Amino acid sequence: MQQILLFLTKNKTGLVFIVLFSVALGLTFQAHTYHNSKLISSANFITGNLLSTSESVNQYFDLKTQNEILFEENEALRHQLHNLALTEDLEENVDFEIDTLYKIKKAKIISNNYDKPDNFLLIKGGSNAGIKEDLGVISSKGLVGIIQDVSADFSRAISILNTNSSINAKLKKTYHFGTLTWDGKDPNILSLIDVPRSAPVEVGDTITTGGRSLIFPEHIPIGTISSFELNENIGYFSISVKLFNDMTNLKHIYIIENTKKAEAHELLNPDVSQ
Amino acid sequence: MKIYLINSIRFILLILIQVFIFSKFELLGYINPYVYPLLILLLPFNINSIQKLVLAFLLGLSIDFFEDSGGIHAAATLVIAYLRPLFLRNAFGLSYDHQTLKLYDAPFKSLLIYVSITILTHHVVLFVLEIFSLNHLLYLLKKIVYSSIFSGLLILIILNLIQKKNKR
Repeated sequence: MQQILLFLTKNKTGLVFIVLFSVALGLTFQAHTYHNSKLISSANFITGNLLSTSESVNQYFDLKTQNEILFEENEALRHQLHNLALTEDLEENVDFEIDTLYKIKKAKIISNNYDKPDNFLLIKGGSNAGIKEDLGVISSKGLVGIIQDVSADFSRAISILNTNSSINAKLKKTYHFGTLTWDGKDPNILSLIDVPRSAPVEVGDTITTGGRSLIFPEHIPIGTISSFELNENIGYFSISVKLFNDMTNLKHIYIIENTKKAEAHELLNPDVSQ
Repeated sequence: MKIYLINSIRFILLILIQVFIFSKFELLGYINPYVYPLLILLLPFNINSIQKLVLAFLLGLSIDFFEDSGGIHAAATLVIAYLRPLFLRNAFGLSYDHQTLKLYDAPFKSLLIYVSITILTHHVVLFVLEIFSLNHLLYLLKKIVYSSIFSGLLILIILNLIQKKNKR
């Protein structure tokens, strides 16, 4: 007993090091698995507030580009609106059946990473603003990520630039599905894997979301095909997708909520609900 | 008491500088400078080793909270804090053993060795844990080498500034 105590006091530095190092490694391993990386999250009171203060200063530096982006979006929306008004004029008092399946909320990004293998976005607005886990995040140009962790006033989204993220996507002109992943290198290029060889893949074709995931609606633009190769052994394409979105310059985003998600989920997994 | 106060101020200051300034640097897409290990470099030489380890752990963990990176900064900072006596002996030799060392008066060459091996060790642990796969070995090496050079330079510049102020 005495010897054990002696050993402990003699090696106390080493032991403290080993204990703390294991804690750090534990947190690291846990962060490398998609659904468990919530223990160390920037969506808490202190880091959230500090980062949003710094962002409120930083945002002045790129007001011009952000304005430009919003302006472009306005133009596109106005275009749609006028076209809509044109068809509406034909029949008066048409009751529009508004598709209320998806609810859209606007939000702002206060911290954006894109230089690491696993990137996250910190978003202003949390459970108080009605943001929940597993909602989709898009920008005016395309896909951004999925909300993963929510506190009272902040929420953290897993970016599509995260090696753990995988999102269902399809070719725009046909309905061939694949999985969208990131290899951790270029923030402009994603890869679409597991597209069957029967798909008519061509450079320049558009990739959009697939609508299978219950998180994103169909037809949200993602990017264009920049190159592809057919893996002869397994018969699937590996496609490089150039993003429409500039993930390094994001500010204004929209959060999409599928209001009927629980209902759809229940239909798909009847055993779970019982 | 004064030591505690100085190090607490440095602790907060370095975290803020790291998170709000240096973490926003994105040179060539994969170079990120990390200057917060400066706190460990500047700790007094006779500090209690357990206090030192706990301080290093807390410093790393605080950075992890801001960067959403699990525990990689905590692990890397712990390693350099634990190995610091070794680095000091290698860099400064006898003057460290005789406890006559003053960091501000040390010759530049020794200081350079001390900063480089500490930063290199820190960055190796950090990026190995961050990338966490051997598939991108070349990318990993590039990231370690370039980021180490950049961080080392920045730390030497900051050290130089503090040095001048202290001499006056």
